[in-house]
Amino acid sequence: MPLPKTLIPVLLAWMPLFVLASGQDGLPADYCRWERVDYSIVEPLCGLAGDAQRGSEIVSDSGRGNCLACHQLPIPGIEAYGTIGPPLAGVASRLSVPQIRLRVVDSRYLNPMSIMPGFYRDPRLINRPAKKYVGKTFLSAQQVEDVIAYLATLK
Amino acid sequence: MIHFNKTTLLCGALLLAVPATNVLAGEARSGYDYIKPASRAMQDDDFENPGMLAVEQGRALFNDLQAGASKACADCHGIDGTKFIPASLARYPVYDEEAAEIVTLQEQISRCREANSGSQHLPIDNPDLVALETFVRNRAIGEPVNVQTDGVMVALLKAGEELYRTRYGLIDMACYQCHDIYPGQMIRGQKISQGQANGFPAYRLDTGTITTLNQRIQQCLTSMRAEPFAADSEEIRQLGLYLMSRSNGLKIETPAVRY
Ligand code: HEC
Ligand code: HEC
Repeated sequence: MPLPKTLIPVLLAWMPLFVLASGQDGLPADYCRWERVDYSIVEPLCGLAGDAQRGSEIVSDSGRGNCLACHQLPIPGIEAYGTIGPPLAGVASRLSVPQIRLRVVDSRYLNPMSIMPGFYRDPRLINRPAKKYVGKTFLSAQQVEDVIAYLATLK
Repeated sequence: MIHFNKTTLLCGALLLAVPATNVLAGEARSGYDYIKPASRAMQDDDFENPGMLAVEQGRALFNDLQAGASKACADCHGIDGTKFIPASLARYPVYDEEAAEIVTLQEQISRCREANSGSQHLPIDNPDLVALETFVRNRAIGEPVNVQTDGVMVALLKAGEELYRTRYGLIDMACYQCHDIYPGQMIRGQKISQGQANGFPAYRLDTGTITTLNQRIQQCLTSMRAEPFAADSEEIRQLGLYLMSRSNGLKIETPAVRY
């Protein structure tokens, strides 16, 4: 699905506002471009390898992934789960790793109405970020790969 | 009359592709229905409700002549505001034809203070104004919210609804996603309500303070890691107006107890 046409002029209009953005295309220097193939992203972000152990910490940390805000996860000792998204137990038997990657990077490509945040969404698409978040992604490329490595264990 | 600044227009274009449905075609439900039973009990008991502290502070500011003022509010509106008409208080925010702008109850109080009692100007959400607003709104407790939705309000409400349906911040969500699509669901340990305005100013258990509708909107925006709209911005007025119109028919609960 390409960018909706109506978005393009808007994005262009916003470009000069992204003060922190560097480079001619307005993307922050450390943002790795990713390529969507069908409904998946095949290549790991920035070519990084994920660590499932770190990923399991990120998904339950409210300051980082905070996936638990919306999803139930098979992690013991958690008091409160959200019920907005589907439970993620068994997700790796339903979806391939490349499919999971697109879902975590930018769920809007799968469901334009999704409430799920894009954790590695193109920062130029973010409307009105707080000043300290301008030009940033929700998670770093490494953190996204860690989360994906963890989700891949949920068979 | 409505002044669309550049940001509003740009945000408007970032709207979610949703057909504008009649919001809450279902039933408007107060935040009261979503909070824990213990919080409801706290709200229902004036001695337990911490928001009553603000009402009492407001009562004193209302009845007593303030330093530097020529008159007390009570000189015109009666001791304890007995001359207020609850149905009239329940109409706020209103549209002021002369000034061509939305006027919230707090702004009306602020103007009245300055014009008729000779008091010094206070910025929006100054603690004295919040206490006065809480006291005055509490005079209309039980009265159904009744914001004008026709005439000049139509365009303003439409602008408010657009803001409500726009995504903001790093979390990149719109108000309507949480408060129209997912009420009743849990976001971590918290049950999401319809984001109704009938209880405001409300005492928030999370922050332990009396909170105006403006401040609550700003707090949701901050938790979305968005740059909150300023208290005196056109956007927050339009959002507040729209939220209050969604509460039409719900009883005023000020000071409500909320998460
Ligand atoms: C604000 C809510 C929210 C948050 C936070 C959230 N998600 Fe989701 N997620 C959803 C919803 C809702 C869906 C269902 C599909 C849709 O509506 O987009 C979903 C779907 C998914 C799916 C597809 C599941 C399936 O069985 O098809 C995966 C995988 C997923 N989320 C992973 C994550 C991870 C990992 C995180 C944190 C790094 C996360 N989500 C954070 C709301 C959320
Ligand atoms: C990620 C989800 C989420 C988003 C997005 C969100 N809110 Fe909220 N909001 C909450 C939660 C959780 C609460 C506290 C529980 C409740 O009352 O829903 C809340 C409470 C409120 C309340 C108080 C309701 C009451 O009765 O106490 C208002 C008003 C409100 N939000 C307005 C907004 C506005 C305006 C926006 C957009 C600018 C917004 N919210 C965006 C999650 C959200």
